[in-house]
Amino acid sequence: MTEIPSSLPPLSERPGALGWMRRNLFSTWGNSLLTLLSAAFLVWAIGGLLVWIFSAAEWRVVLVNMRLVMVGQYPVALVWRIWVAMYFLAFLIGNTVGLRMEKTTRKGLAVGLLFSPLVFALFSFSLEARLAIAGLSLIALAGWWLGSRWPQAFRRPVLIGWIIYFPVFMLLVRGVSGEGSPMEVVESNLWGGLLLTFMLTVVGIVFSFPLGVFLALGRRSQLPVVRWFSVGYIELVRGVPLITILFMAQLMLPLFLPTGLTIDRVIRAMVGITLFSAAYLAENVRGGLQAIPKGQFEAAHALGLSGFQSMLYIILPQALRLVIPILVGQFIALFKDTSLVAIVGLFDLLGIAKTVLAQPEFLGLQREVYAFISLIYWVLSYAMSYFSQRLEVALGVGER
Amino acid sequence: MSQSEETIIKCVNVNKWYGNFHALKDVSMEVKKGEVIVIFGPSGSGKSTFIRCINRLEEHQKGDIIVDGIELSHDVRNIEKVRMETGMVFQQFNLFPHLTVMQNVTLAPIQVRKWDKAKAEEVAAQLLARVGIPEQANKFPGQLSGGQQQRVAIARALAMQPKIMLFDEPTSALDPEMIKEVLDVMVELAKSGMTMLVVTHEMGFARAVADRMFFFDKGQIVESGTPQDIFKAPKEARTKLFLSQILSH
Ligand SMILES: Nc1ncnc2c1ncn2[C@@H]1O[C@H](COP(=O)(O)OP(=O)(O)OP(=O)(O)O)[C@@H](O)[C@H]1O
Ligand SMILES: [Mg+2]
Repeated sequence: MTEIPSSLPPLSERPGALGWMRRNLFSTWGNSLLTLLSAAFLVWAIGGLLVWIFSAAEWRVVLVNMRLVMVGQYPVALVWRIWVAMYFLAFLIGNTVGLRMEKTTRKGLAVGLLFSPLVFALFSFSLEARLAIAGLSLIALAGWWLGSRWPQAFRRPVLIGWIIYFPVFMLLVRGVSGEGSPMEVVESNLWGGLLLTFMLTVVGIVFSFPLGVFLALGRRSQLPVVRWFSVGYIELVRGVPLITILFMAQLMLPLFLPTGLTIDRVIRAMVGITLFSAAYLAENVRGGLQAIPKGQFEAAHALGLSGFQSMLYIILPQALRLVIPILVGQFIALFKDTSLVAIVGLFDLLGIAKTVLAQPEFLGLQREVYAFISLIYWVLSYAMSYFSQRLEVALGVGER
Repeated sequence: MSQSEETIIKCVNVNKWYGNFHALKDVSMEVKKGEVIVIFGPSGSGKSTFIRCINRLEEHQKGDIIVDGIELSHDVRNIEKVRMETGMVFQQFNLFPHLTVMQNVTLAPIQVRKWDKAKAEEVAAQLLARVGIPEQANKFPGQLSGGQQQRVAIARALAMQPKIMLFDEPTSALDPEMIKEVLDVMVELAKSGMTMLVVTHEMGFARAVADRMFFFDKGQIVESGTPQDIFKAPKEARTKLFLSQILSH
């Protein structure tokens, strides 16, 4: 006892974990009680979850149905095309990470990302599936190595790669029609699972973005007709739930089309989602446009730029940059909202989950299946959010 | 400074209303090529409104404005032509914050004059050197001081090779130590023979380079004359009072 120097502050004021706990968690009897109760609750809840995940849950249902969850009824013999699309994506991601290596603060995380597919290769899939999955990591790493080795040489190609990715992806998934075509067409009623969810999301984003920008500009147009049309469209669409638009597209549209002419159900869902999303996007973009000071228009006009040029080079770039976080939030919402197509009978992730659970041998395994698809939704949503933050940093939002 | 006899701006009985508010009342002015005009007057007297009518940032409702032989009317092609002939420098700089200094200066020559990029950049580099900031080309406006930003704005306007330069209180938003660097550029420009209309209260600048001065009050030209006349023997009481107010500090 006598060895403790008297100059030390009392235990409760000393720095360190113990002092912190004492100050924040056990400062009074009431606080101590609450702390203990919360700790007990956490141990019980997390412990229960872990026990369920690692012993009680029957993940077999997910592993056995993995193909269905990923691509739905896509013909087995043609799944290689989807792999090719995935390899292309893996290469682009790896290459982009490699190019931006000096600017990345958390290098370990970035490279770790490229290894993540390997984790999936550990599960008990068939040998081919494991090899194919491991291939993703290999290709991503190859892209990363090339990118960090020759950043100058790859800067342009990788940008072009990202731009053509969407059409290439669509081409690979759908195939080419016509006699003796090297890639036969896979009709969209065979697309399913994550593949369909992904298609609906990407198509929704790619097409609703320009449409939304046009509507936002239209709403500010000098021409009354254009303005009224934009306002009318935006207010009409924002006034109805997405599910009703999807129902209308599936059930009502055929009534108006001449007999014999049918539009593919997946396309109808895509159109519905795009039209719905565009109305919200228009309002978000308009918010960005309104934040641009009048002086920017005046300076552009004073230089002799036309109204169109001022918009294109001066106003829109600034307005869109301002609303990136909002737009990404909207795209994440769109991604999750695509699950509504399950209600109108399409087999997206959620639709497939329902068919899996309808098989007699997997009855009663809702928790496993829904936990798994939730995980997929969460991982992809988080990835979108993370990349948008990187994009903001890269564009210097908030600094200029 | 080195004016000729050729009229380049002609305003006849220009009137402008904002709703019911009569902002310009029968303003007439003729400017010769190469002249440097200083416009001054109390806040709200219509100085900005007037020079913004000259490149049609504001629309006048009555009277004629003829710039370099082109009459300003609703004809969009005429407006475009006049804007190509006039450069404007704003109180708040209004640089494009998402573009580099170089891009700010080259955008309009490339898009409007259809120059190729190499030529536009060469001209831009010369102009940035002329305004004294050749080394800042690759920075963004937000990384520059106010005085540097305003000099970029001058270079940006000059890049279109205008015949007339309009300045709306170019030094009012600047810290005192930066005012001189901008005025020096403007003095050099005036001496090079540029036709300039300058709204300013920098009377030192007016004394040094102005050919004529116009005193605005309540939307009207109250008095005009050479700096000699205006400073030594102002005719109107309002001019006298205003000058005594701004020269006292
Ligand atoms: N867009 C507008 N709408 C309505 N009134 C306006 C508008 N712009 C200017 N005014 C009014 O017109 C008058 C002249 O304005 P102007 O900006 O030309 O004055 P100024 O002489 O430049 O003043 P300052 O020295 O403060 O810049 C002011 O009374 C102002 O309130
Ligand atoms: Mg003003």
